[in-house]
Amino acid sequence: MKPTNTADPDYFHKVVDCQWACPAHTPVPDYIRLIAQGRFTDAYMVNRRSNVFPGILGRVCDRPCEPACRRGRVEDEPVAICRLKRVAADHKDEVADMLPRAPIAQNGKKIALIGAGPASLTVANDLAPLGYDCTVFEALEKPGGLMISNIPSFRLPERVLDEEIGYILDMGVKLKTGHRIDSLKALLDEGYDAVFVGSGAPKGKELNLPGREEADANIHIGISWLESVAFDHIKSIGKRVLIIGVGNTAMDCCRTSLRLGADEVKVMARKPREFFKASPWELEDAEEENVEIVVNHSPKAFVVEDGKLVGMTFEIMEYDTDERGRITETRVVGEKTIPCDDVILAIGQENAFPWIERDLGIEFDKWDVPVVDETTFESTRPGVFFGGDSAFGPKNIIWAVEHGHQAAISIDKHCQGLDVSERLPRGLNLETAKMGHNEWAYSNGYDPSQRRQMTHVELAKRFKDLDTEVELGFDPQQTAVEVERCLNCDVQTVFTASACTECDACIDICPVNCLTITQNGEEGDLRQRLAAPADNLDQDLYVSEDLPNTGRVMVKDEDLCLHCGLCAERCPTAAWDMALSEIFLPHADDEAAERARRRAAE
Amino acid sequence: MTSIVKPRIDKHLRRNQLGLTVRDYEGVMSTLCAGCGHDSVTAAFVQAFHEMNLEPHRAAKVSGIGCSSKTTAYFLGQSSGINSVHGRMPSVATGAAAVNPDLYYIGVSGDGDSLSIGIGQFAHAIRRNLNMLYCIENNGVYGLTKGQFSASADIGTKAKYGEVNEQPPIDPVLLALSLGATFVARGFSGDKKQLVPLMKAALAHKGFALIDIVSPCVTFNDHKGSTKSYAHTYEYYHPVIHADFVPEEAEITAEYQDGGAITVPMHHGGNVTLRKLGRDYDPRDRDQAFHLLRTREGSEVLTGLLYIDETKPDMGDMNRLPDEPLNVMDYAKLCPGSAKLAEVMKGYS
Repeated sequence: MKPTNTADPDYFHKVVDCQWACPAHTPVPDYIRLIAQGRFTDAYMVNRRSNVFPGILGRVCDRPCEPACRRGRVEDEPVAICRLKRVAADHKDEVADMLPRAPIAQNGKKIALIGAGPASLTVANDLAPLGYDCTVFEALEKPGGLMISNIPSFRLPERVLDEEIGYILDMGVKLKTGHRIDSLKALLDEGYDAVFVGSGAPKGKELNLPGREEADANIHIGISWLESVAFDHIKSIGKRVLIIGVGNTAMDCCRTSLRLGADEVKVMARKPREFFKASPWELEDAEEENVEIVVNHSPKAFVVEDGKLVGMTFEIMEYDTDERGRITETRVVGEKTIPCDDVILAIGQENAFPWIERDLGIEFDKWDVPVVDETTFESTRPGVFFGGDSAFGPKNIIWAVEHGHQAAISIDKHCQGLDVSERLPRGLNLETAKMGHNEWAYSNGYDPSQRRQMTHVELAKRFKDLDTEVELGFDPQQTAVEVERCLNCDVQTVFTASACTECDACIDICPVNCLTITQNGEEGDLRQRLAAPADNLDQDLYVSEDLPNTGRVMVKDEDLCLHCGLCAERCPTAAWDMALSEIFLPHADDEAAERARRRAAE
Repeated sequence: MTSIVKPRIDKHLRRNQLGLTVRDYEGVMSTLCAGCGHDSVTAAFVQAFHEMNLEPHRAAKVSGIGCSSKTTAYFLGQSSGINSVHGRMPSVATGAAAVNPDLYYIGVSGDGDSLSIGIGQFAHAIRRNLNMLYCIENNGVYGLTKGQFSASADIGTKAKYGEVNEQPPIDPVLLALSLGATFVARGFSGDKKQLVPLMKAALAHKGFALIDIVSPCVTFNDHKGSTKSYAHTYEYYHPVIHADFVPEEAEITAEYQDGGAITVPMHHGGNVTLRKLGRDYDPRDRDQAFHLLRTREGSEVLTGLLYIDETKPDMGDMNRLPDEPLNVMDYAKLCPGSAKLAEVMKGYS
C-alpha cells in the first residue's frame, strides 16, 4: 500500500467515528472534554456552532454518532453522547451575548424561507449575522416544524424549543406564522434574492383497506394527529388504540395515546423485531410504558359496525430468512381480528409540493419530487434552494441542520454573484497534546465503566398531562462517569517514520494490538499479517513511509485504537505523538470571512 | 515506563486451549525506560507461554540483579519468582529445580549478571545441564549504573560519552558451547518472529537452554558508534537458521518437509523444526557451530538456534532426583524415619 496521506483532512476525520457519522460533524470528543471540565457553556457553544439546537438534539436526536462510537466496538455500549449534549444545554450559563448578531447595516439581500423547521432556521442562523434580511414563513401558529408539531412535549419540552429558536429569531430574523405559502410563483414575484424551501415532508401515508372511509372518524394519520395534539385540537382518544407501523412516529403516537386516556395500546408490526425502523431506545421507552408491540401482523381490513370502527383484521405472517437475515419467503398463516376504538396510521410520510407551479423552471423527477443538487442544495432554478425533508425525503433533525448549513453557503454565494459549486475545502489542524513527560492535554486512561442509564420520571407520574418530561437528564455523578468513557478519538496517533528505531515498544504496549511492523503489501495481504486482523474492514489502515532500519512499514489498524497514548509514552524517539485534531468544516461565515480576507489582500 | 497501566480489554483477543488470552500471561507494569529491548523480551515470553497453552502459574521465574533481572515481574504474574543476589540466580534455580522439577524454570539475566559477577554460577549451571530456560538480555552496558561497558561490549564500540572499548568481549554463546550446553541460541528483541519460536523450543527442551538476546539499552547504548544499538543490530542481523516449535498435536506441514528441513523430536513432546536460511548449516553439529561463530564476518550478528542436543541427561537424571516435587511427596517417603537412617548409617560403619 502507498503511505497514508494524513494531510487529507478526511483521514483523521474518519478516525473520529462520532464526528464522521454526524451529518453536521459535531466535534463530539471536544465538547465532552469541555463538559468533563465543567465548562458547560463552552461545550454548548461548540455544539451550537455545528448543530444549532444542542438542547433539542440532546433530547431527540436520531444519534447516528452512537452506533458509530468506537467504544461500542471496544466493549459493548457506545458513549451516551446525546445525553451528554443535553448536560451541556441544561447546565450552561446565559449564552445570548455570545451569539452572533445581525450587523447594524444589512447587505440589502432578501431571503424567503418556507417552513420554520430546523432546516430553514439553520439557514437563517447562518445568514442573518452576515447581513441578510431573512423572512421565515410558517403555516402553523408556532415555529419549529416537526420539532413542535410531531415530537410530543413529554420528550421535548416547549421551553427548550422556544429558547433555541428564540436565539435565531433574536438575530433579526422575521417570522410570519399562520402564513401558508400556496404559490411559489407568487412568492418569487415578491422579489426575493433567494428562496429556501424547508417545508418538510408533511404528508402522512394513507392505508386504503376495506372500511377505511366508513371508519374515518376513528382512523387518524399519525403525523397530522400528533400535530393536532400539539396544538390542542385533539384532547382525547379511545381506550383501546392500535398503532399501525413501527417507526419513531409510531412510538410517539402510542405514548401520546397513553397520555390522552388510552389504556390498552398496541403497536402492530408487519415484520419481526429486527426489521423495525424505530430507534432501539424509543422502542424501549414505549415498552417501559406498557405498550404492547405485536409482530408479524399485516393489516387486512378495518372492521366497522353500525358505521363505527370496532376493530381491525390482520393477516398473521410467517417469514423465512437467509443466513444474512434477509427475508426470502413470506407466508400468511392465519387471520386475527383485534378490537379497538381508534387506529393511528404511522406507516411513513412523504413530501408534497402542490404549491409549487410546474412552470417555474424547477424540474421534478419521476417520483414528483424536485431535482436538488446534493452539494449545493440548489434546484434547477437558480436562486431556489431546498433542504431538510423537502430535499431528499424524510430524514431527521440533524440532517436538516446540515442541509441548512450547506444551503446557507450556496445562498450567500448566489446572492454575491459567485459560483455556488465553488466551496472552501475542509481543513485539518493538528497540535501535539504533549504537555510534558507522559503528560497529555487529555485524560488518556481507559475507564472501564459501563454506560450510565438515563433516569425516568416514575410511571405513575407520567400520564397526568402531556408535558411532563420523561427523561430527567444526567446527574453530576452520571455525567462524571460518562465523560470518562469517551476515548478522545480526536486526539490522533501521529507517526514519524524517519524517527522510528523499530524497537517494538509501541507494539508490545498497545492494549488492542492495533500496531504491526511488517513488509508492505497490498491491503488484503497486509490485513492478514496484522497482529490482530480486524473483523471490521470499514476502518482504514494507516501505512507509514518505509522505516529507516529495515525498510518495513508501520501499519496501524484504526479499528480498535483506544487513543490511550501508550504507544507515544513507550516510544523512545517520539516517533509516535498524540496530537489534537481540529477538523475545519466551513460554514457561510467562513466563506464570507475568506472573501473579506482576499479583498483585503488585493 | 508509562503513566497508566495497559488497559485490560480482551473482548477481541484470541483464546488459547485453556481459554486464556495473551493478557492472562502478563505481569505488573514495567518500570523500564521507554523503548528498552527487555520489554520486548517480556512480550515474547508472554506470547510463547500463551501459544504453548501452558498454565500461567506453572513457571518459576528467577533472576539476579540488573535491569534485565527486573523483567521477571513483568510477565506471568500468576507464577512465583525470586529476584536473588547479583549473579547467584543459577544457584537458586538449581535448588528449586532439584526439589520441584514440575515447573518451567525461567532465568532472566543480563550480560553483567551472567558474564561478570555471575560467570562461575552460569558455567556450573550449564555443566550440570540444569533443566531451565536461561535468557541473557544482552546490551553491552551496565544500564542500571548508567552505562559502563560490560563484559560483552565489543572491541571498538563507543560509550554514550565517546569512550571506546578496547577489551575483547565474552560471547555467551561460545562460552556455553564450550561448556557443553545442550541448547544454544541467539535472538534479538526486535525480532519476535524468531524469538518466540526459540523460546517455545527452549521450553520444550530438557536441559539447559541458553538464549542470548541482543536487547538494546535505549538510554545508554543506542547511539551511533554502539555495536548493540537497534540500528547496528538491524544492519548486521543474520538469522542462520529458523527454528519452529511444532506441538505434538499439530502436523509437520510440507513447508518444513522440503528444502532439507531438520526435525528434532523433543523430550517433552512435540518437535523442533529447523529451516535453513541460505547457509548449509546443521545445528546438531557442535563443530559446525564453533566454526560458524569463529568465521563470522565483521560485525555479523548470527542468530537462530545454533546448537541443539536433545540426548544428554539433565541434572535430575544425573543425580537420580525424584520426578515428584517434594511438596507433594508422601511424608513417609520424604522422611523415612530413624530405622531407615540407622540402616543407612550402618553402611558407613
